[in-house]
Amino acid sequence: MTAVKKMTNWDVEKIRADFPVLSQTVNGKPLVYLDNAASSQVPQSVIDRTSKYLTEEHSNIHRGVHYLSQHATTAYEAAREKVKRFINAPDVKECIFVRGTTEGINLIAQSYGRKFIGEGDEILVSQMEHHSNIIPWQMIAEERRAKVRMIPISKRGEIIIDEYENLLNERTRIVAVSHVSNSLGTVNPIREMIATAHKFGVSVCVDAAQSVPHFPVDVQELDCDFFVFSGHKMFGPTGSGVVYGKSEWLDKMPPYQTGGGMIRTVSFEGTTFAPIPEKFEAGTPAIAAGIGLGAAIDYINSIDFEAAATYEHELLEYATARLADIPGVTIIGTAAHKASVLSFTIEGVHPHDIGTILDQQGIAVRAGHHCAQPVMQFFDVPATARASFAFYNTREEVDKLADAVQKVIEVFA
Amino acid sequence: MSELNELYQETILEHNKNPRNFREIEGADKTADGNNPLCGDALRVYVKMDGDIVGDVAFKGSGCAISKASASMMTQTVKGKTREEAETLFDEFHRMVTGELNVETDDNQLGKLRVFAGVLEFPARVKCASLSWHTLNAALHGDESITTE
Repeated sequence: MTAVKKMTNWDVEKIRADFPVLSQTVNGKPLVYLDNAASSQVPQSVIDRTSKYLTEEHSNIHRGVHYLSQHATTAYEAAREKVKRFINAPDVKECIFVRGTTEGINLIAQSYGRKFIGEGDEILVSQMEHHSNIIPWQMIAEERRAKVRMIPISKRGEIIIDEYENLLNERTRIVAVSHVSNSLGTVNPIREMIATAHKFGVSVCVDAAQSVPHFPVDVQELDCDFFVFSGHKMFGPTGSGVVYGKSEWLDKMPPYQTGGGMIRTVSFEGTTFAPIPEKFEAGTPAIAAGIGLGAAIDYINSIDFEAAATYEHELLEYATARLADIPGVTIIGTAAHKASVLSFTIEGVHPHDIGTILDQQGIAVRAGHHCAQPVMQFFDVPATARASFAFYNTREEVDKLADAVQKVIEVFA
Repeated sequence: MSELNELYQETILEHNKNPRNFREIEGADKTADGNNPLCGDALRVYVKMDGDIVGDVAFKGSGCAISKASASMMTQTVKGKTREEAETLFDEFHRMVTGELNVETDDNQLGKLRVFAGVLEFPARVKCASLSWHTLNAALHGDESITTE
């Protein structure tokens, strides 16, 4: 029996009502927020939970014996438990709170690198990575006298898997790869890439900043060694983020930042460290942000996330078709499997000008190199304009985008 | 859309399409590179001095319409001026686009350059408009490269 694909029944207006920021006007026009890959918007429930924490529960956590401190600690650790379930981590202590993906990758590169990467070793980094998943590896490679080698991509914006497999050898220690590209939208076949890497005894660090907002993830199913993401890209607050790492690595890795909260004993004769996750959480954490991240997870769990993914895919297809139809527009990033990120250029018009003219229409896109200069160099463009969709964007908004792109072309004709 | 017209005026669009002095100068005695890495504008300004006068000035590079048009009009305005006049123009231009100088009421030599006054309403674009001027200034002072980060 053939399965008939159902059109998504997605009540986008009901969802939009959850996000107060969306109802404003910008330059006299209704806000069309298409910059979700840079930062997503926050639902009222996350705002409320964060406010409640600051109004009623706030206190420094982990070692207070008073009521508020215990209450705050419970709330914070409850958020960690939510993270564990959200990504299906085997153990809650493998979920470390950080400020965001960038800090998380720096933590992994430095800490894993100092322990496991030595002279002559190799680190594989894909050509499509965000700078935060390139530079930390360059830094540790320099420190450890190791080498960063680039996994090339095709003109469609897909990793060339044969080249990837050829690069793996007995000197390779770790692969750094994004789950979804922030500039191209490409969804990489990371489960397969991880399986291949493991055959060579190579670890894999996955930048999941752009995947967790779009579809469910399962770190056990992926079998990744590290998995990093930011709260502010998945409807949570800035200042929150997670490093998931297999305890087989985290237990052996030295601390990254040091100070209070991550120790067992301290004396001038020597210091011993706490077990995970505390070992990697020095200082007072961004407590409110962590609790806000937990509330964002609650929000995602309250909607049909699979239906949201289908809806976003339909938006992406519609937007791609409408823009590709306009003469002079080139879509950058045409992988077979994409998340709802749409980079484009207009012939004869710099993306910076595209962004300004769209802004005048109330449309927020990002124009620039998207912290992915190697991608820009590869496609031989100085920059692109990028529209990135979330499950609260609408078909009408796509139409407005297309109309505004037409307008840009008229202005520059 | 009138605000947009204030930024993307006919003159600016025309200079973007047909930038003046968009070439290298062989034997230029001063060159400087200007960079706005945030958005990808990159220019090189060439200057050939004729004693104290800017004998020839030109630019090459890529960037947004505002930066290109500004560079084009900069070369037109500055050619034939003394070094001091060029530096005054740089100062006045910079103060105009940052709102410190009111082209209508304050003394200035900006002339046609006042077409960039509109960039005030678009603070993210001020660096685009002033990139070529910063680069020219660097060239005149012997600095090899600047960035407007």
